[in-house]
Amino acid sequence: MPRIDGVAKVTGRARYLDDLDAPGVWYGATVRSTVAHGVLEAIDLDPGFDWSRVVVATAADVPGQNYIALIENDQPALVAVGKPVMHVDEAIALVAAPTKELAMAAAKAVRPRVRGLPAVFSVEDSLAANEKLYGTDNVFKQFMIRKGHASDADFEAVIAKAAHVIEGTYYTSPQEQMYIEPQAMMAEWRDGRCHIVGSMQCPYYVHKAMKPLLGLGAEDVVITQSVTGGGFGGKEEYPSMLAAHVAVLAKKAGRAVKIVYDRDEDIAATTKRHPAYTRHRLAVDQRGDVLAIDVDCVMDGGAYLTLSPVVLSRGVLHAAGPYRCPVVRVRGRVVATNHPPHGAFRGFGAPQTTFAYERQIEKLAIHLGEDPLQLRKRLALRKGDTTATGQELGFSVGTDEVIAAVERVAGPPPVREGTGPNGEPLRRGRGYVFYFHGAGFTGSGESRLAGRATVARTTSGRYEVRSSSTDIGQGAITIFTQIASQALGVDASLIDVIDPTTSLVPDSGPTVASRTCMVVGGLVERAAKELREKLPSAPAGEEVAVTMQYEPPPGIHFDDATYTGAAYPCFGWACCLVDVTVDLDTYEARVDRCVQAIDVGKAINPVIVKGQIEGGTLQALGWALLENIVYREGKVANANMTNCIVPTFADAPDLETILVEVPYPFGPSGAKGVGEIPMDGPAAAVANAVGDALGCAFDGIPILPEVIAASRARWS
Amino acid sequence: MSSAYIRPRSLAEALDAKAQHPDWMVLAGGTDLMVNATHRPEPAGILDLWRLPELRGVTMTDVLTIGAGTTWLEVEHHAAVLERFGPLAAAAREIGALQIQARGTLGGNVGTSSPVGDSLPVLLAFDAELELASAARGRRRIPYREFCTGYRKTQLAADELIVAAHLRPPATRTRTTWRKVGTRRAQSISKVMGAAFIELDGDVVTRARVALGAVADRPIRIAAVEQAVTGLALGAKAAEAARAALRSAIKPIDDVRSTATYRRDVAENLVARFFS
Repeated sequence: MPRIDGVAKVTGRARYLDDLDAPGVWYGATVRSTVAHGVLEAIDLDPGFDWSRVVVATAADVPGQNYIALIENDQPALVAVGKPVMHVDEAIALVAAPTKELAMAAAKAVRPRVRGLPAVFSVEDSLAANEKLYGTDNVFKQFMIRKGHASDADFEAVIAKAAHVIEGTYYTSPQEQMYIEPQAMMAEWRDGRCHIVGSMQCPYYVHKAMKPLLGLGAEDVVITQSVTGGGFGGKEEYPSMLAAHVAVLAKKAGRAVKIVYDRDEDIAATTKRHPAYTRHRLAVDQRGDVLAIDVDCVMDGGAYLTLSPVVLSRGVLHAAGPYRCPVVRVRGRVVATNHPPHGAFRGFGAPQTTFAYERQIEKLAIHLGEDPLQLRKRLALRKGDTTATGQELGFSVGTDEVIAAVERVAGPPPVREGTGPNGEPLRRGRGYVFYFHGAGFTGSGESRLAGRATVARTTSGRYEVRSSSTDIGQGAITIFTQIASQALGVDASLIDVIDPTTSLVPDSGPTVASRTCMVVGGLVERAAKELREKLPSAPAGEEVAVTMQYEPPPGIHFDDATYTGAAYPCFGWACCLVDVTVDLDTYEARVDRCVQAIDVGKAINPVIVKGQIEGGTLQALGWALLENIVYREGKVANANMTNCIVPTFADAPDLETILVEVPYPFGPSGAKGVGEIPMDGPAAAVANAVGDALGCAFDGIPILPEVIAASRARWS
Repeated sequence: MSSAYIRPRSLAEALDAKAQHPDWMVLAGGTDLMVNATHRPEPAGILDLWRLPELRGVTMTDVLTIGAGTTWLEVEHHAAVLERFGPLAAAAREIGALQIQARGTLGGNVGTSSPVGDSLPVLLAFDAELELASAARGRRRIPYREFCTGYRKTQLAADELIVAAHLRPPATRTRTTWRKVGTRRAQSISKVMGAAFIELDGDVVTRARVALGAVADRPIRIAAVEQAVTGLALGAKAAEAARAALRSAIKPIDDVRSTATYRRDVAENLVARFFS
């Protein structure tokens, strides 16, 4: 089935937030901190500027509580006078004006006075806690997994018995989502209600945040998602901040106000993937079987807690990898720094720890002299095995299928040495990874969320799917239409997936965590099936609606206190092969070929699924080789598309995507999550391949040409 | 934008306007102007030369003449350029994306005089001549190698416009080459780029011009390399002589795109490769 939203998007008919206008709308602009850490002493207005034509808002204008409600309420919408400034580009004041130009001029004429304090930019300095940014130790959150041992002493005793211990520390860099549409939001107050429309993944996150901030009840805040040009996690939590800004401005201006970020502002001020340092020890016996895995991961959370604990949780839960191991210790910490808050990004903590464990497995293969893919095959988890949290894998484990799929197409490895068209010497190499990704919310999250979705036959005789799951380019509208059409037994043209507006759709949970098809699609399927049964006895001309609420599959239980049990309802499984060529004149590594075999349970729309995998793969390859956020004194120094590099199609290799289907019995038609998994593995595959080409280890990303040049002394 | 704006119908009108408004920004293709729109102060006025007929087109007689208003798309598809000025076509293809190549012009690249201007090392390697004009003094020609005087500074007088560039084609025994090393494979800004024009007698270098971009405040010729390789046969020895001569000839910098060390290493490799 072709994408329902496709034609409107490629012909320019789709109306993004910037295309929407309310009568008399004004434009907002944001006054931001230029200081990474300090105290806001005053906000001065340039007396030479004509302030009569604009509206200025500060923290004093926030009608309710000045915080962005999320996990903790530590992040203000606007820094209040007398309160701390925690990062560069933090919002201090807002202006609105009839034109963008005037708003920008006014923003420049607002002069915050900040008394500087010592700032913290590294996780080492944060952990040293000489400067206290959060609590007494700067640790936002810590998690601990223990499997097969009671104490650290027990654990070390197992390590001591090992025949080999592979040890390394791995660094993964911050990454910009670079959605094609920048953050954009518009607010208007009508009859005491605040209506907010904008580019977002999670309307109910914004709804939750606006209630205390605006001092309104649930009915008086209406959040609507506009057509959204990509999110990748970047529009998971940040839109609440922007919604707060337009809502406060609209209230003070007494008219609709919109803000569409300039690209540079978007890169500078919004969330990035958490940079992470992961120390990993892998202890094996004489036969090369894994005895123990020890992981210590530290992520830089940035200035506020935001979603960091959840990102860390996913990182920790994936850190031991999809390998059999009786004894596992994983410690994860996310710490406060004076960087802008890091946040959600496709993969959500898992790519960071996946990079570490797949570099470790590669080193083990080299150490043992064993074929890297065969070693992975030998050690991999299969049905009946238990994960690091003791979750017994009862179903939908595609290990053998994904590895076999890659083996079938791998072919001989590339010839190691060669010469390029300019006479430059070349080195080639191959890398493999095997990895998994937990689908749906972490731990008990899905049960706590209790997401709901409705399918209705309306009075007009058409059918509506009502959910708060947003289409952010990933194909949710099309997939829900397909699922509902099949379950109802009606033609897809009779089905409308309505635009998510909090006054019209139930809370299906956020559009994150590879859960939209698997979890919410499952609710849509169940609701549609029940509706189909009800319809024959329902009176014609009346609306008939069925709402379903999430119930965990039998036997799925997670204990948050001990971090044991079923961390995810199920996992996706993947195997990836990457061939690279390194140009020894320019030190550029180029991916020639990337094969991804991914177990998605069931591909409801294979074209969309392949698109998801190819996009996620390219994002991962970019992260591995090109993408680099340069922070200088806490400020993004390359906050523009010229210097904040993401891959173009010219950088994309030949992508071979193999869909493997090992059904998940509780997903719609057997489908499970696919959105994030392709992001997790390829970076390590690239590092493994570059290592293979040059004969030395690359334990950090991005593997920029500058990094390869500096490694020359280590090449074999 | 609220800048004053003039779009002259002829070169004479354009020169008069430039004389009257020497502080106005010249719009050749607009690709720099648009990038600067959100970052730099609004210009006092805009003098729009886009598609001014007297500045457009490529002609090949005994020299190649490229009008300053010729777009890179026109340059890269011109038969004579493809046949005899390969490095210029290659450089043109690396300028931004197709949309930028369809708007960006030779005059814009030369006038902006960015140290990372993609065509500029090629103009140096081919020892191009620039034709400039003013209402008061008429036309004059200067060697391009004398044109750039500092970071985005040139010999162009306040009342002058760039009219054209003239390039002599290489003789049959000439190796011409160009390579750009950017931040990615398309639409990228150079970290290092190099162009060479190497005249040969058999395999022996009789005269060489070597130019680099992105390693100094302006595109530069590397006289030390040119001298070091003259009289040597192409091959390992010439390559090493070029590498050694370059080592002390440039002082690249660290910036958000790369490092001084990397730029130096790669510049050496590129230059050595030109002569190997």
